[in-house]
Amino acid sequence: MLYERSHYRIMGDRSLLIELGDNISPEVNRRVRELSVMLGQNPVEGVLETIPAYRSLLIIYDPLITNTRVLQHQIEDLQKKSEVIDIPEPKTVEIPVVYGADYGPDLKWVAGYHNIDVEDVIQLHTGTTYQVYMIGFTPGFPYMGELPERLATPRRETPRTTIPEGSVAIAQRQTGIYPVESPGGWHILGRTPMKLFNPLQVPPALLEMGDLVRFFPIEKGEFEQWHQ
Amino acid sequence: MAPVETLEVLAPGPLTTVQDRGRFGYGRYGVAPSGALDSFSLRVANLLVGNDEHEACLEITLFGLKLRVLRDVAVAVAGADLQVHCNDTPLDRWRSYALEEGSILSFKGVKSGCRAYLAIGGGISVPQVLDSKSTNLPSKFGGFEGRPIRKGDILFSNSPGLHLKAGGRRLPQTLIPSYGSESHLRVVFGPQDDEFTEKGRKTLLSYPYKVSPDSDRTGIRLAGPIIERRPDVGESIISEGVIPGTIQVPGDGQPIIILVEIVTGGYRKIATVITADLPLLGQIKPGGAVSFEEISLDEAYEALRNTEQGLREFKQARSTRP
Repeated sequence: MLYERSHYRIMGDRSLLIELGDNISPEVNRRVRELSVMLGQNPVEGVLETIPAYRSLLIIYDPLITNTRVLQHQIEDLQKKSEVIDIPEPKTVEIPVVYGADYGPDLKWVAGYHNIDVEDVIQLHTGTTYQVYMIGFTPGFPYMGELPERLATPRRETPRTTIPEGSVAIAQRQTGIYPVESPGGWHILGRTPMKLFNPLQVPPALLEMGDLVRFFPIEKGEFEQWHQ
Repeated sequence: MAPVETLEVLAPGPLTTVQDRGRFGYGRYGVAPSGALDSFSLRVANLLVGNDEHEACLEITLFGLKLRVLRDVAVAVAGADLQVHCNDTPLDRWRSYALEEGSILSFKGVKSGCRAYLAIGGGISVPQVLDSKSTNLPSKFGGFEGRPIRKGDILFSNSPGLHLKAGGRRLPQTLIPSYGSESHLRVVFGPQDDEFTEKGRKTLLSYPYKVSPDSDRTGIRLAGPIIERRPDVGESIISEGVIPGTIQVPGDGQPIIILVEIVTGGYRKIATVITADLPLLGQIKPGGAVSFEEISLDEAYEALRNTEQGLREFKQARSTRP
């Protein structure tokens, strides 16, 4: 639920955490993006960086220039004007995925868990537009939602120690993509040939918080030819 | 002018990395700040050899680094006492030296603190990745090819000869920190202190916590009395951005001080170490102890102004010297 008035929490003497609601939902998350974009367009003195998440925006500031009292006042003023500030639409990114087999070792298990066909899982996963709630865990990893209720799956009981780069996975009402090889506990449905993170580019991540994402199925052969 | 060879790595020690002040502005892409854990020592070491204060240094952990000097160069070591020697002569910390080509610089082992910073006159020539020379160890980019330095690596610097005259500078005694086996850290409560019990908040402030051996640049894990959270709240929270110095308490009630290789987290945070005390976090080593003191936000701002004032006076004294 969205809070009527945002909660401001002190995280030390150089950051301020603004909570906009109390749950993981596309609505609350949209308001986080709105505030993040507003602060980008209307810079507040002393703010060094903002980190948007599911339901909060972390403001990191220079304590030699400003302080929490001044910042809270300035940002609350900005929030009051949100009705009249024009927020650009998020970008939509289409992401190719090879589903199943070696690329998606959990696809069959997930279908079995929900008592549906593998094709139904793919259709449900590709039939939804997801919102990037936040980037975290590893650089460029998008936490996205909302996964259709019929695919909601608890995390694996035993996380894997290595998950290959590009793996597309689900857990609970979310879906995500592992940008680099890493450990992880989500169920892997497939793999994308798209590069999610490259530190030699600015911005370094394919996706940013607030973006909209749709998946589409490709064949194994297309995956191998993707980079040519 | 092209950078030139200044140092050759003969032995790397357990963990030596290239770090500058850190990588900022990319937290929203999940990129952690990395950077020197003890930014005060980084800045002082650089100023002593006439570098920009935020230039990259070698961050040396505990012991074992051995270097050959490939041309005359100014160096300074700040931070932990790792018993640094040039050939067989002990060198002072917090001062710069002009070393001759062929000298051997070695770090024999830790006497106090945990990490030393070696600044080289002319800096360390590695590419800027996302505006920083810092090594991101978990994601393997930045710094020296995204990894700790190894035997046989050669470090390059820009115009080291121009920095030789910096040899002999010292940091005033009053500004030199001391590192005991118990570190005293000042904290401001928040952001989720209200989700712990009164007893839980008191526990944090009442006992020294032991530093666990699985601490690293991601976090300092502490062991001690359990910090009690309110019975009506769960083990984890909805993930959110975090900063170095914030103290998270997972379900087991044992606090972890977040360091620089992480940018989001899903545990509640009872308190946050003040900015003026952050450099001390780099000098806490496994087996040591940590105690916490609560101060107000205004006192925290004041403490930082005092630290910065000390450094400013040092910089001004340097620049007015004939």
